[in-house]
Formats: sequence, structure tokens, C-alpha cells
Amino acid sequence: MFPAAFDYIPARSTDEALSVLAQYGGDARVLAGGQSLIPAMRFRLAKPAVLVDINRIAELATIGEHNGELRLGAGARDQGLELSGQILSGRYPLLADVCAVVADPVVRQMGTVVGSLCHNDPAGDWPVAALAGNASIVVRGKGGERVVPIDEFIVDSYTTAVGDGEMAIEVRFPTPDARTAGAYFKIERKVGDFATAAAAARVTLAQDGTVAKAAIALGAAGPCGFRVAEAERALVGAKPSAAAIAAAADAARKAADPVSDTRGTVAYKKEMAGVLVERALRKAFARLGVEDIR
Amino acid sequence: MKVSLKVNGADYERDVEPRVLLAYFLREDLGLTGTHVGCDTSSCGCCVVLMDGEKAVKSCTMFAVMADGHEITTIEGMKKDGKLHPMQQAFSDQHGLQCGYCTPGMMATAIAFLKHNPDPSEAEIRDALSGNMCRCTGYNNIVKAVQQAAAELSAPAAEPVAAS
Repeated sequence: MFPAAFDYIPARSTDEALSVLAQYGGDARVLAGGQSLIPAMRFRLAKPAVLVDINRIAELATIGEHNGELRLGAGARDQGLELSGQILSGRYPLLADVCAVVADPVVRQMGTVVGSLCHNDPAGDWPVAALAGNASIVVRGKGGERVVPIDEFIVDSYTTAVGDGEMAIEVRFPTPDARTAGAYFKIERKVGDFATAAAAARVTLAQDGTVAKAAIALGAAGPCGFRVAEAERALVGAKPSAAAIAAAADAARKAADPVSDTRGTVAYKKEMAGVLVERALRKAFARLGVEDIR
Repeated sequence: MKVSLKVNGADYERDVEPRVLLAYFLREDLGLTGTHVGCDTSSCGCCVVLMDGEKAVKSCTMFAVMADGHEITTIEGMKKDGKLHPMQQAFSDQHGLQCGYCTPGMMATAIAFLKHNPDPSEAEIRDALSGNMCRCTGYNNIVKAVQQAAAELSAPAAEPVAAS
């Protein structure tokens, strides 16, 4: 089905895009890769009156490191990230896991990281990774710019802190230090399907080998991705052990609040949330050289 | 809205409504029906075409106006100088198609993939094609065809044989 009619404005610069957004407010949507927005428009789930295409804005298509952060512009695509020097260097294992499994390989050639965050699908990969990766998003409007931590950026299903007349122009992921690693796992019926369950973990080890910091996030387990504070508490201060991992996984099972659908029952999805947290933790620890955890 | 783009080497200028999807623009406005629409919901990969020679895109999930100023290659444009593209030749040699419906999308996806991974493993080929469905389930021969094309495309060009 064809989308409802709309006016198309190909912006040549971020300022031009912001001017158009300021003019049309809530009637306008930003078009980046379009891999979620265009299907939503085709199903008439979205009927924006105006689309502001940002694909031609070179200043937004950037991937680079500044001030201890990996910064991805709103035009940076999943495949561009997957093939970037920063990902190939192995220093961002959590993000490397994610950009290899978003949707399917063809979708990743158009789809953008910031676009996925703005779409904020309950089963989306990037919101989960951004939560576990402690990301922040730069939101700009005509009036100025603010840097929004991911847990404030995510408001509800398909809803973010980006207001009318504003756009998300960049996401920033802190560069992990040598004692920090993460991992991401999801279960999908087939490549490209929505996740049945998804989990991301990030851990930092102290000098004595105990867990200094932990972040655990779930996807497809509620109205939007979320962090599981209880699971994080089970890890911090503990040595990486089977018992600590099991406690974190149990907390994830309890916190998961999925819906029953063709992808699985509530009981199955809750169980898988725990299984994936365990897998993600074991992989993250292994990446820090801690293997065969008993 | 006016769009100018290159399709299979030829320049086109057309007036299109912004909501027209690239797949329908190619098929209905330009008559290039080799680009197939399968699921029409971005799930099957039948409609994949090449953008700017190196990117595989789902033409059912892109507006024609987004292709303004770009170069699109469809299955009709893969043949050069009357010779099949090595990917087409490989699909023919390896029986990489049965009904042929998924074939143009498979080839476009595989050509783009080999641009950044010219010497892939079988597992990498299967992963690269994981967004393209073949309902005849002829995946094994499709993978063999991509392997043949990879070998051919990465081989140094043969020296012309001197006339004796």
C-alpha cells in the first residue's frame, strides 16, 4: 500500500532541516534511512504531512571519536558503523554485536542508529544497546541544543524526548576503558523479524576482579527498553560467579513484562530474558578475559 | 516533484509524487519490471536494487524522490557489452534460480556484499543473503553461485592472449 500523500523537503543542511521542523512542528517527521518510518507510513500507522529528508546532509553522516565518546550523527547507518574503524578495532564489542544483527543486512545499508533510537520500537535493538551503553543523545531545535541521557530520552513506546520542531542530531556512546566490556543477544524467529527477547549487558571490573559497575537492559520485554536495577545490584561488588550471574538473570526474568503473541508466551519470553542476560554477561566477562565462570 | 537520476546508465528526468516508492517508479514509470515486488513490506528482499553501484537497497522501502541525483542499477542494467555480469553468469552456471522471482534481489544484494567482502566464507555469504528469501528454497545453489562470482570478480583480469 502507498503511504498517505505528504510534502517532501530534501534538506541540504541541519539548519535548513531545523527551520522546516520549526515551521511545521508536529506535522513534520524527519526521514533518515526510512527503514521503520516508510513501512509505518505504508501501513498508515504514520501519516506525517511533511517529510524532511536528512539523507543528503553530509555533516550528519559522521562516525568519530571525541572526548572519550563514540559519536554517531543522525545520518550514520548501521552498516557504516559495522564497517567503521572504531567497530573493527574491537573497542566497542557491545555496539559491534548490535550493528551485526539489526534487522537484515540490506536494511542495515540504509537504516540509521539515531533513527532507530527515535523510532523507539519496544523490540528495537538500539534503545537496548543505548541503555546498557549509557548513551546520550544530542537534541537540537531552533532555540538551542541539549544533551539527553538515554533513560530520559526514552519516554514510552515510539515516543522520545524529541519535541515538535526538534531533531536528534547525534548519539554519543562513552568509549569503554580496558576493564569494561559489553555484549548483546537477541532471539528472533528469522532474520529481520522483531525480537522475541533481547538483552544487553555491560560490566566494569575493579582491580581486585570484582564487578565495579554493571548495566543490564532488556528489549521486547515491555512498552520500551529498560534497565534492570535489581540485576545490576546483584552484580556490583561480587566476583564474576555463576551465582551472581544467576541472580542477575533471575532479576531480569522477574522484571520482564512482555506480551504473549505469535513469537511466544509471556512465560517463554520471561524465561528467555533471563537466558539472554546470562549469555550477555558470560560473553562480556569473557571479553575481559574472565572465562569458565563457575 | 522533479527527480533526475541515472538508471542503468541512462539519465531520466521525471515528475513523481513524493509517496511513489522506488520499486513502483522503476516498474511502472520506467517499465523496468525486472525489479520484483514480493512481500511489499520490507521483509523479502525481492525488490533490492543497487544504489551508486555499491549499496543494496530495498526499493519498496525507499521513495523515488530519495533517489534524486543517485545512480540506480537494476537487473536490466547488469549486463555489459552483451555479456552477462559475472554474478548473472554464476547464477546460470550453478542453477542458482528456479522460479527466478527472488533472483534480481539476490544478485543485487550479493554484488553489493562482494564490494566490501571480496573473499567471503560460506557462512558470511549466507549471513549477507539472510534478508533475501527464496521460496523455492534453492539457497545452496545461490550460495554456490555467489562463491563462483566472488572467485571470478576477485581474480586478476586475464591477460589478452597474444596472437601468434
